[in-house]
Amino acid sequence: MTLSRRDLGHWGLAAGAGLLGLAGCSTDDPLAPATSGGDAGSQAAGVLVVGSQQYYSNEIIAELYAQVLEKAGLTVKRQYQIGQREVYLPEIKAGRIDVFPEYTGNLMQYLDKNAKATDEAGIQEAISKALPDGLRVLKPATASDQDSYTVTPEFAAKHGLKSIADLAKAGKVKIAANSEFAERPYGPKGAKSAYGIDVEVLPVEDSGGPLTVKALLDGKAQVADLYTASPVIAEKKLVVLEDPKNLILPQQVVPVVSKKVDDKAAGVIDAVNAKLTPEVLQKLNAQSVSEKKKSKEIASGWLTEQGLL
Amino acid sequence: MIQLRAALDWLADGQNWTGAHGAGVLVWQHLWYSLLAVAIAAAVAIPVGWWVGHTRRGRGLAVGVTGAARALPTLGLVTLLGLMLGVGLQAPILALVVLAIPSVLAGAYSSLEAVDPQVVDGARASGMSELQVLSKVEVPLGMPVLVGGLRSAMLQVIATATLAAYVGGGGLGRLLFLGLKTQRYDLMLAASLLVIALALASEVVFTLLQQLLTPVSARR
Repeated sequence: MTLSRRDLGHWGLAAGAGLLGLAGCSTDDPLAPATSGGDAGSQAAGVLVVGSQQYYSNEIIAELYAQVLEKAGLTVKRQYQIGQREVYLPEIKAGRIDVFPEYTGNLMQYLDKNAKATDEAGIQEAISKALPDGLRVLKPATASDQDSYTVTPEFAAKHGLKSIADLAKAGKVKIAANSEFAERPYGPKGAKSAYGIDVEVLPVEDSGGPLTVKALLDGKAQVADLYTASPVIAEKKLVVLEDPKNLILPQQVVPVVSKKVDDKAAGVIDAVNAKLTPEVLQKLNAQSVSEKKKSKEIASGWLTEQGLL
Repeated sequence: MIQLRAALDWLADGQNWTGAHGAGVLVWQHLWYSLLAVAIAAAVAIPVGWWVGHTRRGRGLAVGVTGAARALPTLGLVTLLGLMLGVGLQAPILALVVLAIPSVLAGAYSSLEAVDPQVVDGARASGMSELQVLSKVEVPLGMPVLVGGLRSAMLQVIATATLAAYVGGGGLGRLLFLGLKTQRYDLMLAASLLVIALALASEVVFTLLQQLLTPVSARR
């Protein structure tokens, strides 16, 4: 089993909040008999539960879905900040969560450890095959949250860099990344065999956080492994190098939904996803990181701007 | 137990010790960072501590500063300094110096306080200058306590120098972070054992030093 860097980056938080998430799920079970009487039956049928990971960017995406579902006249119950995949996927499988933003590559690997697909189409096929009955994924957004080979605009211009393969023109480069990057399939060995380039890891252990960015901007490393949804990419106009050979497993944003999500509900989520580009996600994340806005405000602001709300 | 076996196997494998990121290099880096940090802390804190201990002035301040500095979370400090100074060695070394200063400072001023006041008075009465009182009486008699301060500083620094790897430095922390992120707990355990071994070695050296530096007249 491999955990993604982010899963581990949020370890401490997840450890505490994972328990909270669990506790929340057990007490707020929408399928459990209501204790307060009333129209419990119709509530269970008409309410969609939207969940999110213990990760701010994931919560923003979940909130986008929640608000358009409400706009479409559905009752939505929010179940955010649920720890890790090991915690929330069983909840989804058990029918306690109806809509959950996921990431294609990681979801595939979690569902099927032997899955070999590396391109987006293959990954979606593998996911659809591995998902249990009653669950399906909707169309993925172009926005993604995955590892990347990212350079400064100056470095890209100087050597004419567009894709990872172009790094060959820059000679031997250093990449600021967590130390485990050296052992990942998309690390130096993978880069050498896929693109024939020489990369050395400069270990900085904050998972593409401010220290990694600092190392890149200071020129201690020429490349940095940043998440493609990281707001700093838009803020500093960094260049994410293209990966035509799918060295890095794509992690596009994809909603996992239950049977309770009908065509109408799926349609409104699709409409959001169609406009959710990498740049949009970076900007939404930036509002959380730099402006400290709540996911609710960020989501309603953007959806209104796009005419979706 | 299985993890322990795997960790010992890892340590026993000579291949893991060689190379640019082998355990051999990392152990030396770890030791070097620790010695450097404690040496810098000693250069700063010992003179200040002696002054405080000798003059009995500013003791409240020294106690307050050491207490406050001890409460600083070192990982936060490493990150903050890393963002200011860039990744590399300066940030972790500086953070480790801050970590070491309280123990050394406390050791330095309490080493002089531990000296029997009658002895100091006697030295003064026999015509010694203040500098002579300090250098010939107080410092030698207080030496075991001072070394005790250095000893506990070194112990803390060795245990904390693993954080150097967080901001692109080397040291044994690199193996710990790698093991953590790749679920290789044998590797983490092996690195921890090496840190423990360094800590124990430092304890042995400082214990010997403490005995050696205790004036013959004070030995029992």
